[in-house]
Amino acid sequence: MAEVLVLVDHVDGAVRKPTLELLTLARRIGDPVAVALGAGAGATAGVLGEHGAVRVLTADAPEFAEYLVVPKVDALQAAFEAVSPVAVLVVSSAEGKEVAARLALRVGSGVITDATDVEAGEQGPVATQAAFAASYTTRSRVSRGVPVITVKPNSAPVEPAAAAGAVEGLSVSFGAAATGTKVTSRTPRESTGRPELTEAAIVVSGGRGVNGAENFPLIEALADSLGAAVGASRAAVDAGWYPHTSQVGQTGKSVSPQLYIASGISGAIQHRAGMQTSKTIVAINKDAEAPIFELVDYGVVGDLFAVVPQLTEEINTRKG
Amino acid sequence: MSLRIVVCVKYVPDATGDRRFADDLTLDREDVDGLLSELDEYAVEQALQIADGADDAEITVVTVGPEDAKDALRKALSMGADRAVHVEDDDLHGSDVMGTSLVLAKAVEKTGYDLVICGMASTDGVMGVLPALLAERLGVPQVTLLSEVAVAGGVVTGRRDGDTASEQVEASLPAVVSVTDQSGEARYPSFKGIMAAKKKPVESLDLDDLGLDADEVGLAGAWTAVDSATERPARTAGTIVKDEGEGGRQLAEFLVGQKFI
Repeated sequence: MAEVLVLVDHVDGAVRKPTLELLTLARRIGDPVAVALGAGAGATAGVLGEHGAVRVLTADAPEFAEYLVVPKVDALQAAFEAVSPVAVLVVSSAEGKEVAARLALRVGSGVITDATDVEAGEQGPVATQAAFAASYTTRSRVSRGVPVITVKPNSAPVEPAAAAGAVEGLSVSFGAAATGTKVTSRTPRESTGRPELTEAAIVVSGGRGVNGAENFPLIEALADSLGAAVGASRAAVDAGWYPHTSQVGQTGKSVSPQLYIASGISGAIQHRAGMQTSKTIVAINKDAEAPIFELVDYGVVGDLFAVVPQLTEEINTRKG
Repeated sequence: MSLRIVVCVKYVPDATGDRRFADDLTLDREDVDGLLSELDEYAVEQALQIADGADDAEITVVTVGPEDAKDALRKALSMGADRAVHVEDDDLHGSDVMGTSLVLAKAVEKTGYDLVICGMASTDGVMGVLPALLAERLGVPQVTLLSEVAVAGGVVTGRRDGDTASEQVEASLPAVVSVTDQSGEARYPSFKGIMAAKKKPVESLDLDDLGLDADEVGLAGAWTAVDSATERPARTAGTIVKDEGEGGRQLAEFLVGQKFI
């Protein structure tokens, strides 16, 4: 059966959930062959095999950590040439998209980014995307070369499927460009203990209505009651109430969770662009005219300082 | 020695208006107001700041797009860029990111550069891969998604905030940089700047000038194809309740019904 390359997103061998989602999608097109790079690459094989990877190609070298993006492109290209896949799937992170695009250009293939679904089609894989702040849904395909597609987190269920997951070393020779951009220091993001924003199943966001950094713990408490990630609107981030890394929207992160709860967010187009593909949308806002209410499955017109604590308490009570 | 900075900008439909697809499934540019992509204003701003800190620098702003795209160039010139290059050709219609990056690479090479600065993504396509593709095509380092950027002694340094870590990065010039919306507020053009922009040179180039063939770009030369674009059905009206003391508990009931609790 035809093989599909899947670039593994992992941290020191711990595979991140969006990669397991890619394996679900890859199995619709062919046999997944995972490519794991950098420190801990070999340690990914177990979980990848349990989720359908027939082979796991691994490579580790200092270059992956010490230089930006290009070493991974060199490695993925080596895998591409070794495997001759029918498609390449990569997680739609900032880095994932850059790696995918550069690989696509090198191998003469088109690239599709931010797919929310991938299916097999008569002329190759068909990708679904949201366009214009999710006011349109498009179906696209790569018309030249081997499709290279990046997929947004939460686009497919994680489905276990036992496969060999045989580990094979991947031989990579780095080109001159690989060492062009040096990473001189790296500060890991401090863990909040909450799920990562882009891959969380539930996201609770606060906006202008939260009215100050000192009130964000209300949003965090609601998030914790649901095991959710915390997001913020641009207004809240620009005001310095919450870190930019939590910004949801056109210039922040694009999220597509099962449940999105917007508190004190009016729903400007820029925010909608980053959350409109969420499956279920809930809003709490005291302004009944706020545009966010046009999107919601359930909305509460009311003061978030009353509604959010009551909701949090109710959830905690029901969980016992 | 003069530092040659090229800023790549895009003319995009106003996101606050109705954006739609035309019959050929490309962007419908009729009846839609366009403007300089907001995210490119940050690139222009960083170019201006880097130029201010250099002994001698020249900023050229480049765009690929139809006649109206000159508006985006004028905005950048009124902010303080020195000159502009407009690549316009009927055969460019429908170019995908591969085609656009090819045209931009040729235009940037023709202009001459030490530093190329881009916004992190366009506000219409939002792919965010053009700067990386440009670096690949030009064969120079990519120093992308910077929230802070500085240039000194022929080296560009910056901070890149990723999903799991924040990184300090550096590369020797020439290089391609992209900056995020955290890199610093973009200035508003002054009246003086707007008046001065009218006198600044705008050079027009077509595919012949760049040594490109029509079949390398445009809809015909695209490496991807959009098969369909359907307007998302309006969400069925949700339940909206007014909080009269029980709003939080009512919402909890809804979440239980949806099996989130």
